[in-house]
Amino acid sequence: MIAHHKPASGAHVGANLSVSQIMWRVVLALTPATAFGLWLFGWPAIFLFIITVTSAILFEAFCIRLKGRPAKPVIMDGSALLTGWLVAITLPPWAPWWIGVVGSGIAIILGKQVYGGLGQNLFNPAMLARVALLISFPIEMTTWANVSPLFFSDSPGFIEGLHITLSGLQNLDAYTGATTLGYIKTEFSQHHILPDILKDYSPTLNFIGWTRGSLGETSSILMGLGGVWLIRQNIIQWQIPVSLLGTVVLMSSVFHVLDSDHYVSPFLYLNSGAILCVAFYIATDYVTSPNTPTGQWVFGAGCGLLIFVIRTWGAYPEGAGFAVLLMNSATPLIDYYIKPRIYGRDRKGKPLEIPKP
Amino acid sequence: MLNLLDWLKPPRIRGGVHAEERKASTATQAIVTDFPLPKKLYIPLQQHVGKPAEPLIRVGETVLKGQLLAYSQGMISAPVHAPSSGVIVDVNDYPAPHPSALPIRMIVLETDGKDEWVKTPEIGDPFQLSPEDISLRVGAAGIVGLGGATFPTAVKLNMGRENHIDTLIINGAECEPYLSCDDRQMQERSEQIIDGVRLMLHGMETHHALVAIEDNKPNAFYAMAAAARHFPEIKVIQIPTRYPMGWDRQLIRYVTGREVPVGCRSSEIGVTIHNVGTAYATHKAIRHGQPLVSRVITVSGGAVGKPMNVEVPLGTLISEVFAFCEVDLTQIARIVMGGPMMGDSLPHTGLPTVKATSGVLALTQSELKSTDEQPCIRCASCVTVCPAGLRPLDMANNIKANQLDTAVDIGLKDCISCGCCSYICPSNIPLVQYFKYASGEVAARQQAQHKSEQTKKLMEARQARLDRIAEQQRLEEEARIAAKKERERLKAEQEAAV
Repeated sequence: MIAHHKPASGAHVGANLSVSQIMWRVVLALTPATAFGLWLFGWPAIFLFIITVTSAILFEAFCIRLKGRPAKPVIMDGSALLTGWLVAITLPPWAPWWIGVVGSGIAIILGKQVYGGLGQNLFNPAMLARVALLISFPIEMTTWANVSPLFFSDSPGFIEGLHITLSGLQNLDAYTGATTLGYIKTEFSQHHILPDILKDYSPTLNFIGWTRGSLGETSSILMGLGGVWLIRQNIIQWQIPVSLLGTVVLMSSVFHVLDSDHYVSPFLYLNSGAILCVAFYIATDYVTSPNTPTGQWVFGAGCGLLIFVIRTWGAYPEGAGFAVLLMNSATPLIDYYIKPRIYGRDRKGKPLEIPKP
Repeated sequence: MLNLLDWLKPPRIRGGVHAEERKASTATQAIVTDFPLPKKLYIPLQQHVGKPAEPLIRVGETVLKGQLLAYSQGMISAPVHAPSSGVIVDVNDYPAPHPSALPIRMIVLETDGKDEWVKTPEIGDPFQLSPEDISLRVGAAGIVGLGGATFPTAVKLNMGRENHIDTLIINGAECEPYLSCDDRQMQERSEQIIDGVRLMLHGMETHHALVAIEDNKPNAFYAMAAAARHFPEIKVIQIPTRYPMGWDRQLIRYVTGREVPVGCRSSEIGVTIHNVGTAYATHKAIRHGQPLVSRVITVSGGAVGKPMNVEVPLGTLISEVFAFCEVDLTQIARIVMGGPMMGDSLPHTGLPTVKATSGVLALTQSELKSTDEQPCIRCASCVTVCPAGLRPLDMANNIKANQLDTAVDIGLKDCISCGCCSYICPSNIPLVQYFKYASGEVAARQQAQHKSEQTKKLMEARQARLDRIAEQQRLEEEARIAAKKERERLKAEQEAAV
């Protein structure tokens, strides 16, 4: 009666959220912060962004074709776009074009496809790319452009912007400086104390994102709002962001109270787009984070602890990438030890005892 | 403070999904009771968990409605009765209402149109009957769990008496989307259902019943609460709407806070659960002496012109139900018996409705979940929604890698096939299909292993027997030789003596 009847199990109906819709919603949540960043850093940032995202998609298509499969359906799931996007927004905005291409290549090929594609990778591709770039090209990856919004008189125009992206920045010192965290790190090395270092620090400007930093994550308000929206949309769960940020706040509060000259206040930590980006968009990556709420608590807390430790005592001013990768490698272990209890069984899997009346 | 304490307790509902209900098209209309009597009814001998019933009628025999056609055999079984009056025209194998549509034994009844009841016995006050008598009559009426589990009700009543049940839970959750037959019955037949509940309490010697109704059915709740108001032993409560709230173990945990250990029946922790339809059937059987010969089914889905709840004789072919409900056959993408979460897809409509049939859905393509399977992104939605606390994604990965033992170790046998994981999966992975496949495969392997062990045992037994025979022969031979020698020796001695 019914042509091509294949016996199918339930559920015959389903929720309407598909993989590509999930990816698109994450992209949508990132869009305000990214758009702000593109405006803030002008044409070079726009070119770098386009190059990075496009090359991510092309690398993905290339890998899929190597497998002998049609690339279009895989590209349409939006995961390569999202990976490229995340790589792009963590780059210094005026970095040369090849930084974006190499970053996307590392993320897509080494970070994702060599493991077998979507859902198989151990490490977050975007963070893997960022850390690999930071170690390999420390100069390019720590050259932070000054705020130079689109259509402002001092900002580079279209042609000049193209020039910066394609052949690099010539007169470095005129256009660049340190990020807040980098500045603090350098000043500490010269034995200055925090109250002097942070004389010029403006919480408000950092809050809206009017500061030097990565291409699309300077604005803590836009990053935070996007993240909260994702939780409200039930795309990400709240456990990882809350435990990650909570741990960072707890650690920094303790040390700040003990020694406010040498330990940064929790507000400065929280009021940083980068840490919010990691908490909401990177650490919550489904593939590389644990499956259970408890496991996610542990994962988030681990990330937060490592971020604090690396930022405070490590050689790098920003430790989020390393922290996430280290915790990614612990994810299988967390999932092995932290499992939900099966109905009618105890934690060890033995049937429950019949309660005595 | 009290709230804080509540919050610290382990959650009483775990997992589950809020599926789009799609009940409105049938839940707002009265149950249709004038379904035209089909010309032929196909009555399977097995419509319950346990052993199939044994037919006691012959082809050509004339039967009345409610007459016993096949008696139950064994501890767990249920009899089958004639859904209408007429002539038995065949007892043979016909396609079963199962995804395979493989043939099973059925009695075919050609109706005579009179729908004449067999003479039912006069019953006085059933509360004067002994509890054992109630179970006996429920068993004789062929009543099984009408929520879909089809476990013989009398067996459950007996277990109740043996185990001292403190709470009888009446399951009015009806958490499956589309289905509204329990909702309508609770609205229209609340008095009878409550009477059935009282009879069940009597039959189990239990003094407390809880009727649990999901809060998306307020009318059913009001009707039932009104019907139960004179009976303090019956409490009607509302429970949150969240599939699979009607899973017996989820419901038990929610309303009593008790968890049924794996491998135990709920009666072992003092709780028994029955469906509202079963309570109604109990009322009919005890008060009116009528066995279970018809049931209310929900006919719904995008291809159904006139969606409704309709009372049909058991054994009615789905094709006749569809014709009555004006189903557009060209629009059907899938026929589902039961609800859309746990129901079975059927290959065609030439299959009978049975005691387990709570609904028949004619779903169009747009209602179905996409079958475009994509890679798992480990989003863990399946872990979040699993009411049994399993990790469907890990189980599916093990099954894909043919590591069935690992899948069993991490909980395959605790899966209840509720379909929440398949429902929620953004990658459209048919997880339940994997689990059902694996369960079947594990059972088949165990059977094969059992068989080979049996063969090995037989071989060893044969070898032992042969060895024994050889040994015996050897001993006999030795004895014979010894005897011969002895005889020769004696002979020689005699000769020497001579």
